[in-house]
Amino acid sequence: MADTILEVRNLKKYFKTARGTLHAVDDVSFTIERGKTLGIVGESGCGKSTTGRAILRLLEPTDGKVFFNGIDITSLSNFKMRQMRREMQIIFQDPFSSLDPRKTVSQTIAEPIIENRLLKDKKAIEARVHELMDTVGLAQRLVNSYPHELDGGRRQRIGIARALAMEPKFIVCDEPVSALDVSIQAQILNLLQELKEKMGLTFIFITHDLSVVNHFADEIAVMYLGQLIEKAPTEELFDHPVHPYTRALLSAIPIPEVGIERPERILLKGEISSPIDPPEECRFAKRCIYTCETCRKSCPKLLEASPGHFVSCHLWKDFM
Amino acid sequence: MAEQKDMVLEMENLNVKFVLEEETVEAVNGISLHMRTGETLGLVGETGAGKTTTALSILKLIDSPPGVLECDRMEVCGQDVLKMTTSELEHIRGSLVSMIFQDPMTSLNPVFTVGQQIAESLERHENLNKNDAWKKAEDMLELVGIPRERAIEYPHQFSGGMKQRVIIAIALACSPRLLIADEPTTALDVTIQAQILHLMKELKEKRNTSVIMITHDLGIVAETCDRVAVMYAGRIIETGNLDEVFNHTKHPYTEGLFNSLPNIKKRKHKLQPIHGLMPDPTNLPKGCAFAPRCNYATEACKERRPELMGFGGTHQAACLAYEQAGFHIERGKTNG
Repeated sequence: MADTILEVRNLKKYFKTARGTLHAVDDVSFTIERGKTLGIVGESGCGKSTTGRAILRLLEPTDGKVFFNGIDITSLSNFKMRQMRREMQIIFQDPFSSLDPRKTVSQTIAEPIIENRLLKDKKAIEARVHELMDTVGLAQRLVNSYPHELDGGRRQRIGIARALAMEPKFIVCDEPVSALDVSIQAQILNLLQELKEKMGLTFIFITHDLSVVNHFADEIAVMYLGQLIEKAPTEELFDHPVHPYTRALLSAIPIPEVGIERPERILLKGEISSPIDPPEECRFAKRCIYTCETCRKSCPKLLEASPGHFVSCHLWKDFM
Repeated sequence: MAEQKDMVLEMENLNVKFVLEEETVEAVNGISLHMRTGETLGLVGETGAGKTTTALSILKLIDSPPGVLECDRMEVCGQDVLKMTTSELEHIRGSLVSMIFQDPMTSLNPVFTVGQQIAESLERHENLNKNDAWKKAEDMLELVGIPRERAIEYPHQFSGGMKQRVIIAIALACSPRLLIADEPTTALDVTIQAQILHLMKELKEKRNTSVIMITHDLGIVAETCDRVAVMYAGRIIETGNLDEVFNHTKHPYTEGLFNSLPNIKKRKHKLQPIHGLMPDPTNLPKGCAFAPRCNYATEACKERRPELMGFGGTHQAACLAYEQAGFHIERGKTNG
């Protein structure tokens, strides 16, 4: 049996808006094995961040269940959930707005330790903060610095240290490197990789950048308009993408090389349509070049096309 | 000379400083750029490298004070920008040279329809009357793939990709000779980015416009540019055509950029980040600005500032390490 740490079952998150119900996450199911990294990719507005937050119940799911270590966390009381969150942490995208500007580095990192009463003794807390700063590669001289004095990469390291303070088993990384320059981005990616190996962490890595996730994830889930449309082990997804959207997405990545043969670019027509009260048809039908009658009639279900490779497309057999 | 006519931009030794009360930010330190008609130049570098400041200087859009712009020579299509009065500058902005900014969300005026915003520059620069300008504005919208009926809509009714198309329409309305695109697709999703880059390439070829493409994404450079200039701490540290810079990388910083880039073609090779941070532009090191982060740095690098030197063809790089006989970078090797 696979050692499943997290199972998401028919997760839904709807928002009521003046114009109708916004289907941010619409019936998403997946599992993650312990120690693995699942990359969730998709374009802005596809519901990837909402999925991450709904899993941690930072946004209360509209429907569906989330099992963490076999426990249904969607039915836990707030008090129990608070304890559970020690094991489930999140790292946010924007290190500029996710830190309190009036707290120093050490206060910021110590906050969750004090809040959760992990350590009581002042000396012990201090020692723990120092240890965490070492772990994430923050120099001790920055202990009394404020966020505005630090660059994006260092701020993101603070965010990571804060998440690690609880000794979590599972971390949702929500676009942790999108706001950073490439040379700094590589530093943070390598740090996360190291931590994962050293501490046996399980990650959900949410990003819009497929080239980042391909370095990092064991499995990749592609989302489109609130739905999971394809999921496969990383190599498989990059080598044999099935869904027309995944193929267009992969072909759209600019490759930083000269004199190579570039794969033919699939240019999509139009843009992502509105997630408010979506019609009963394939969500991708309006932009897809293969759309046929069936696609307009019903929304396809996620099927296992080959072992471990799930796809949600009426025409998947034609693309295998 | 026939060649002279061909030049859309000649910039010699540009320096831009921002003099503040307590400190001076040295944003651009001696940059020279030359562009021919129809050429696309990629200006690459990380945040704070001085890319945008360089671009703004071409249109003299640097606020002064605190900005201090010094330049030996700055000519756009043979006209001396440095000597121009404000009204002369306004005349070339938008007609000879136009600019696309990074953020499509904030560079449109929310209280005018997109049609009005495109027609505005046509009325001003092409002396069209209101009706003709409006008609041409609608034509421009169609050219960038937006139905002409939408000219009467306001920016908030458009998505991000559509707004960027409107901005491209405004920028190209008066057929500029030089288009400066400052991170035109950074705020957009990859599939939309692919559409916009495709559109820009098409329009550029149709009109033979020269383009300065400012970006931090080497992938975009590889796909859209003819030449590339890599900037670091306000200087160009390596420049050449694509093959020279990508396949025969000379400067350690350029090498570092490539090595820290996740590449979908080369899965699972470990990223090699550049250690440390970009130097503070208020306190640049005396020698090579990259020396503190460079694996090849010697004592000489800390003392002496390297100048650009030729490596054959159009390839130039500023690195003292090449003064040692036999020094070379083997980027090709580590990357397989």
